[in-house]
Amino acid sequence: MSVYLGIDVGSVSTNIVAMSEDDKILQKIYLRTKGQPIQTLLEGLKLIKEKLHNPEVKGVGTTGSGRQLAAVIIGGDVVKNEITAHAVAAAKMVPGVKTVIEIGGQDSKIIIMKNGIVNDFAMNTVCAAGTGSFLDQQASRLNIRIDDFGSIALKAKNPVRIAGRCTVFAESDMIHKQQMGHSLEDILAGLCEALVRNYLSNLGKGKSLLEPVAFQGGVAANIGIKHAFEKALSLNVIVPPNFDVMGAIGVAYLAKSAVQNGKSKFKGFDISEAQFQASSFECSNCSNACEVVQIAKDKKIIARWGDRCGRWTALDKTDKMIG
Amino acid sequence: MKVTYPHMGNLYLAANALLEGLGCEVIMPPFCSKKTLSLGTKYAPESACLPLKINLGNYLEAIEKGADTIVMIGGVGPCRIGFYGQTQSDILNDLGKNIKMVVIEPPDVSFKEVWQKIMELKNASWVKVIKGVHLAWEKIYSADRLEKYMEWLRPRAIKQDEAEKIYNEALILLDKTKNIRQVKNIVKNTLHKLEELADYQAENIIKIGIVGEVYTVIEQYANLQLERQLGKLGVEVERSIYLSEWINDHLLSGILPIKSSKKIDQLASPFLNHFIGGHGKQTISHSVDFARRGFDGIIQVGPLTCMPEIVAESILPAINETYGVPIMTIFVDEQSGEAGLNTRLEAFTDMIKYKKDLNFKGCELCQSI
Ligand code: SF4
Repeated sequence: MSVYLGIDVGSVSTNIVAMSEDDKILQKIYLRTKGQPIQTLLEGLKLIKEKLHNPEVKGVGTTGSGRQLAAVIIGGDVVKNEITAHAVAAAKMVPGVKTVIEIGGQDSKIIIMKNGIVNDFAMNTVCAAGTGSFLDQQASRLNIRIDDFGSIALKAKNPVRIAGRCTVFAESDMIHKQQMGHSLEDILAGLCEALVRNYLSNLGKGKSLLEPVAFQGGVAANIGIKHAFEKALSLNVIVPPNFDVMGAIGVAYLAKSAVQNGKSKFKGFDISEAQFQASSFECSNCSNACEVVQIAKDKKIIARWGDRCGRWTALDKTDKMIG
Repeated sequence: MKVTYPHMGNLYLAANALLEGLGCEVIMPPFCSKKTLSLGTKYAPESACLPLKINLGNYLEAIEKGADTIVMIGGVGPCRIGFYGQTQSDILNDLGKNIKMVVIEPPDVSFKEVWQKIMELKNASWVKVIKGVHLAWEKIYSADRLEKYMEWLRPRAIKQDEAEKIYNEALILLDKTKNIRQVKNIVKNTLHKLEELADYQAENIIKIGIVGEVYTVIEQYANLQLERQLGKLGVEVERSIYLSEWINDHLLSGILPIKSSKKIDQLASPFLNHFIGGHGKQTISHSVDFARRGFDGIIQVGPLTCMPEIVAESILPAINETYGVPIMTIFVDEQSGEAGLNTRLEAFTDMIKYKKDLNFKGCELCQSI
């Protein structure tokens, strides 16, 4: 069996998909990154190998904030940012898609598509009140499982209005509303609406959102949020299958088209046995004080980046050991 | 008197020459680094914008090196830079630093004011002063020429790192020399070396104009090396403002015969008809200028919470609608990270490249899907 791998290494989760020649998602793996991207990646690779019985890998694409790292370690054919990756997957999964809403654990994006390509986008990396971690926190504060969040919210009769501009305000406002005796359903629905308002006012500014709308990213599992979006936009919102690994699916497609008449740079499943170390140091050779990141495989440095002058990237990598 | 000043791009080249010409002992602040920013962030009000924080860090590092007088350029109009001088000297006072602050306001009213401030610092013969002014001008003008060449070269460079190295070495030489003839030679030699690295056949180069608040446009530490990052992505960059033009427009009332933004300013109307402080109006006018000249994209940069840039940001979609040029806004503060910026820059350039492809031979991305 031959497959294309799509790998999305984020700060919260690492997603890997294996896609067949005819674009079927044969396997998807979701792992918590837990601050150890390399280990998580190698673990995921092992799982793919076991579950698909050592498939032939014809192409590899990486995305997410750890995309460079991942590409260096396992040999990536395509290294792409999350926005392009999500857009590619959405265009494939939701024909004619014009608006892509993506909300993950740490950041969120909006992508406006025209004729199958990105026409405009915005990305929010600073404000936590428009992301999945906000919901996680509030769910645990209210002592409910995140999986139940959406279905409880749907039962609301009168969602309360919660100030969702900022997680700190939202939290104190929510406590206040609880004390006033609002029901759990109404509060949860209010939270969904607050997140949607926050998202739309941060990212939707000045953009006209047209149908079809695709909603992807981990938060799309929350039916309450989907509902809140539909209410706020008066549009129908589609949650595609595999909504939670769309970034990985996007780069798997890109990898497939990139290696069309070439050979993959994939280093083989054996590398999951190798020892990798990542380290960083601050260069003091000039005033830029760059933070240089280096990756070593079995104690040999295989890649470095982060320098502005090329001093470290260009060094002869093969004979340097980690100190 | 041991004089220092805040960094802003290559301004230090002019500042060193000028202040030395005036007969001051100059303490150049260390170049902006993580340490500068963390010092500034520690002592500045949290809601202050990034330029104030970095400036403050510059001062503190310079004071550590013995500076006792700060020269800075103030601002007029409804923008917080008007308060910078006062706020910064108050903060330094509260920290027990005994510092004299000389704030030079742009002479939008009269040139006399600038002159008086300069007189306060003068401690040398007129001949020396005039030489200093001339040298300072020559240096900053030369640095701008090199910088502009780098903006063209980066996406075309055969060895990008090598080009950066040559450029950086030239700046060091420029700073050291006290001789105008040498300044010209350095420029000539450097351009010569850089030209050899240019690949004139380079393909897929797109052109992006940078607009926004002056400090974040010019100071590459503040904008996370925006121009170099774009260069690596195959983008040729042009900025709305270069230091020599800014000095000429704002400090010399535009007396020198070089490119001035005055004419371009008129392009802001009908999108924006009023001065809104800072560089808000220029952001609009230069965006129109870039759009009319057929640039592939525009990036606006500004410090987070910068009022004039927020107003401008809300007008940019109208320019996008009128001219169809993609525009992206980047606000920076001490929390900005290079990784997040890179993701957006890469996505923005990807988007432009795919769009361009579409017009000619159909999109490779769509075909593969
Ligand atoms: S890596 Fe290069 S640019 Fe960065 S601090 Fe070291 S010498 Fe300077």
